[in-house]
Amino acid sequence: MPSWVAVVLLFALAFLFAVGSLVGTMALKPRRKYRAKVTAYESGMEPIGDARGRHSIRFYLVAVTFLIFDVELLFFYPWALYFNMIDDRVSLFGVGAVFLAILATAFVYEWRKGALDWNR
Amino acid sequence: MDFWDWFIVVTKVLAVFLLLPVAPLALVLFERWTLGRLQSRIGPNRVGWRGSLQTAADGLKLGIKEDTIPAMADKGIFWFAPVMMVTPALAAWAVVPFGPPVDVGRTFGLWVADLNVGVLFFLAMGSLGVYGVVMSGWASNSKYAHLGALRSSAQIISYELVLGLGVLAVIVYSGSLSLVDIVNAQAGLWFIVPQFIGFLLFLIAAVGETNRAPLDLPEAETELVAGFHVEYSGMRWAFFFMAEYANILLMSAIAATLFLGGWHGWTIPGLEAISGVGWFVLKTGLFVFAFFLFRAALPRFRYDQLMNFCWKILIPIGALNLLAAAALRMAWS
Repeated sequence: MPSWVAVVLLFALAFLFAVGSLVGTMALKPRRKYRAKVTAYESGMEPIGDARGRHSIRFYLVAVTFLIFDVELLFFYPWALYFNMIDDRVSLFGVGAVFLAILATAFVYEWRKGALDWNR
Repeated sequence: MDFWDWFIVVTKVLAVFLLLPVAPLALVLFERWTLGRLQSRIGPNRVGWRGSLQTAADGLKLGIKEDTIPAMADKGIFWFAPVMMVTPALAAWAVVPFGPPVDVGRTFGLWVADLNVGVLFFLAMGSLGVYGVVMSGWASNSKYAHLGALRSSAQIISYELVLGLGVLAVIVYSGSLSLVDIVNAQAGLWFIVPQFIGFLLFLIAAVGETNRAPLDLPEAETELVAGFHVEYSGMRWAFFFMAEYANILLMSAIAATLFLGGWHGWTIPGLEAISGVGWFVLKTGLFVFAFFLFRAALPRFRYDQLMNFCWKILIPIGALNLLAAAALRMAWS
């Protein structure tokens, strides 16, 4: 049996447990709704406007930067794995160093441009 | 593939699955006792022996509480977000090796699955947790929840890079992505010795990933009340809590596996499996305790400090550490 079957079993069980107990407790809980209870919490005030307003562009920048770095980090996994598999470790190290240097150049550029400064 | 193989697999899956409801109850109780002690107060001491049934009673109570859905909320997503938090937090346990292989007539390992991409699976499940955060914050349609979700998701993805860098340094030494192989590779020397910086990076990133103090900005109660789950109540709220503590335990278990040698330690002859599991539990407990100590001892970061710390200090250190690890590995062989 392939090992992923057990993973799928656990995944399905966790999912069913989560959905099941949400549905299962429906019968147990009281349901007394009134207007004040179902408005969004805003420190006891009437909510002003919609919550989905504009927010800082920083969050978007972080997401984009993360995407770039995470994908490039993924390239390092096979690289790190091969350290125990091949004999010519020096050139393997060289490849990694060059790749990291390119990454570092982009990182320094971003830093200098101020993309990493949170309050600016 | 006969009946007993299936029996073993199903038993293992069920055993790990039972962790989900039980572990958070135990952890919350343990945390409240610890915090009570550290802050010179009593902590829970009413329900059961010294308050030992307190969290079980709380759990029961939450099950029969009304859980409201805000009128302006996006109901489907609001309903689904807690499920999205809990499922990956538990599924990631599939790759955690609890102990050495056992031989009782037939040999099987004390883990659900020995995936050859175990580490990647763990990281992937960690990333899936972000969806729950974003979904709950968006669906609530509340300003606190919205801001909390934005902060939390930015924090989690930033610290995930650090987590990845810490893990990569280990892989340079282990030469395998399977957590069982990684534990086996530490039979002689635990990876915390050659990779102490990687270990520190992993620990800090683990605190950031689980949104715990001192990096608990999403839940900064003085500014955001409760962050992304402010609109949740009853069983749905309990799921967010469950996911948080399941993640703390998961991060501790993975830290013990990657850096402290998992089940390795002195064994009682004839009882290798039991002492192996004992070591694993002990090492995991050490990290869990560290999580609680951090919460008791350290003040909360400011958000810009948190992000600058991650991007300008941890990530450069992590990249340099990876190179250093590779150089060391080159010289070592």
